[in-house]
Amino acid sequence: MYIVLAIFSLTALGLTLGLVLAAAARVLKVESDPLVDELEVMLPGFQCGQCGHPGCRPAVEALAAGRATVTLCPPGGPALAQRLADKLGVVVDGDSLADPDDRVAWVREENCIGCTRCFKVCPTDAIVGAPKQIHTVLAEACIACGKCLEACPTECLQLQRPKTTLHTWRWPKPRLHWEGARAC
Amino acid sequence: MLVQSLAETVRKLGRELRIRGGVHAEGRKTATAGQPIAMALPLPERFYIPLQQHIGQPAEPVVGIGQRVRKGDLLAHSQGMLSAPVHAPTSGTVIDITDHPAPHPSVLPIRTIIIEADGLDEAPKPGVPIDPMRLDPGEICARIGAAGIVGMGGAAFPSAVKLESARQRRVHTLLINGGECEPYLTCDDRLMRERGAEIVDGIRLMLHGMQAPRAVVVIEDNKPEALRAMADAASPFPQIGVVEVPTRYPMGWERQLIRYVIGKEVPADKLAADVGVLIHNVATAYAVHRAIRHGEPLIRRVVTVSGGAVAQPVNVEAPLGTLLSELLRFCGWDPARTARLVIGGPMMGEAIPHADVPLVKGVNGLLALSPEEVASAEAQPCIRCGRCVTACPVGLLPLEMASRIRAGRFDGAVDYGLRDCIQCGSCAYVCPSNLPLVHYFKYGKGILAARQKLQEKTEKTRKLAEARQSRIEREKRERKGAAV
Repeated sequence: MYIVLAIFSLTALGLTLGLVLAAAARVLKVESDPLVDELEVMLPGFQCGQCGHPGCRPAVEALAAGRATVTLCPPGGPALAQRLADKLGVVVDGDSLADPDDRVAWVREENCIGCTRCFKVCPTDAIVGAPKQIHTVLAEACIACGKCLEACPTECLQLQRPKTTLHTWRWPKPRLHWEGARAC
Repeated sequence: MLVQSLAETVRKLGRELRIRGGVHAEGRKTATAGQPIAMALPLPERFYIPLQQHIGQPAEPVVGIGQRVRKGDLLAHSQGMLSAPVHAPTSGTVIDITDHPAPHPSVLPIRTIIIEADGLDEAPKPGVPIDPMRLDPGEICARIGAAGIVGMGGAAFPSAVKLESARQRRVHTLLINGGECEPYLTCDDRLMRERGAEIVDGIRLMLHGMQAPRAVVVIEDNKPEALRAMADAASPFPQIGVVEVPTRYPMGWERQLIRYVIGKEVPADKLAADVGVLIHNVATAYAVHRAIRHGEPLIRRVVTVSGGAVAQPVNVEAPLGTLLSELLRFCGWDPARTARLVIGGPMMGEAIPHADVPLVKGVNGLLALSPEEVASAEAQPCIRCGRCVTACPVGLLPLEMASRIRAGRFDGAVDYGLRDCIQCGSCAYVCPSNLPLVHYFKYGKGILAARQKLQEKTEKTRKLAEARQSRIEREKRERKGAAV
């Protein structure tokens, strides 16, 4: 008789606790790594793929897992790398941050056939144009992701530095004679 | 008697202690200080008037190509809150509005109005003189703004904006900067000696415009003649004082002046107006006098032309828009002996690759330095002697900032105060290793500015990307809706 009671009570206890655990797993479920979420907000969110990952989310997952470095995001540039490094408490290599890349896409107008393919893939709507009309890039919106370069059938797009003006001119880095003539 | 002189000595010592850092740079002012301002510059054939000679928005042209203009006519009006107009320096014809090299170390092009002079130097008839002291203070500021007056000590900040905000913030003291602490430069010195009464009149007009009770003219003790001239000119006006300050570069830096004269430290993130002080240059005061009393906009200025490659170094009163090469030729320039061309003084001025750029409002000096004057030994590694720390008037650690910038750690340099550096060059001047310290700081500040720009761009483009995403999703939903 006692043995039946023991089996019954323990089974009941097991079932109850199991149900509680199952409910807790649903209600208190951790959606994802909070660090990954925080890092994802810091990234620009272009989903451009320049880092070699299929999007910003997979990129920060790799970053959080230590499979990528803080300098992974070209559109974010050195400022983002510095903020990511501060967040993760790592030291970032200085020289890789020195010169922000300011290149933008450029349409060689003589080759443009007005196919509209480039502006359909542009993640920031930085290319304007119409069918059979020459397209053009709005430099201040272009993030130099290069997607349009791949989409263009006539290879008329290229990444290049905009012309230096009085407002964008900067002092070059001083080079001391013992540092050698390193190309920069 | 003895007690009195002792107390005076102690007081003087106490004041001296207020000066932080600085260097005793060799003056090299004797070549030009003894000669009167030269006014005989032959009228150039062409004038080049850049549309931006000031901090802020560039001016917008109101003249067309082929139009005839008279001396003092408006060429381009200011646009936006922070801007200044430009005027015709002589009579002639506008022959082009195009890109022309700017007086800047890069000599990159800037939009410039080019005037061919007709040689008549014809000005419109002056208006009826009025008593400006009875004008509304706001009207004084408006006239100063309309005359295109900007800070003529080098910063080129629109003067009317400064005066207007000083009135609104109830600034109590106007400091007039006659320090002229840069070696070689004597244009302010000569102006004070020769036109003291006009400067004092300009100061009174500025005081009226900003509604402040007192002004103090500050002059370094290496200019006793200017000090006497200004004291004489200011003696009828009890609200204007003249103060002698020790000669120590960079005494003319506004925070150093305030520290010495007022005895207050302007916090790093605050402005001079926050301690109740406004600073203007003596040349600016003179320009205000010309504008209000004579209706003459800012179309000429006194500039020091000096250096070892110049045969007759002198201060020249020249129309704005004159090519610097013409100024140099007037003073007997020998291009073959020129090792470096500098606009401004040797400490804070900037080297330019050629002199085919125009004279603009903020240029107070033009130096053609000979090889002997620029000779400097090769740079050596830093020995951490700390002389730059003693010399820094801001109280920064130049060696630490430079080593961080060299390693690409710009945020580290910012932690050491890179943003507060005024690029006065005191650290590089005393460095026994000849390290290009100021160059590092200019480079570092450029990188910070570029980063700031990139971050602003990223924030903007991020919004664009989000807008595109939501548009694509909406289109998808609409297509689904249409299919059902």
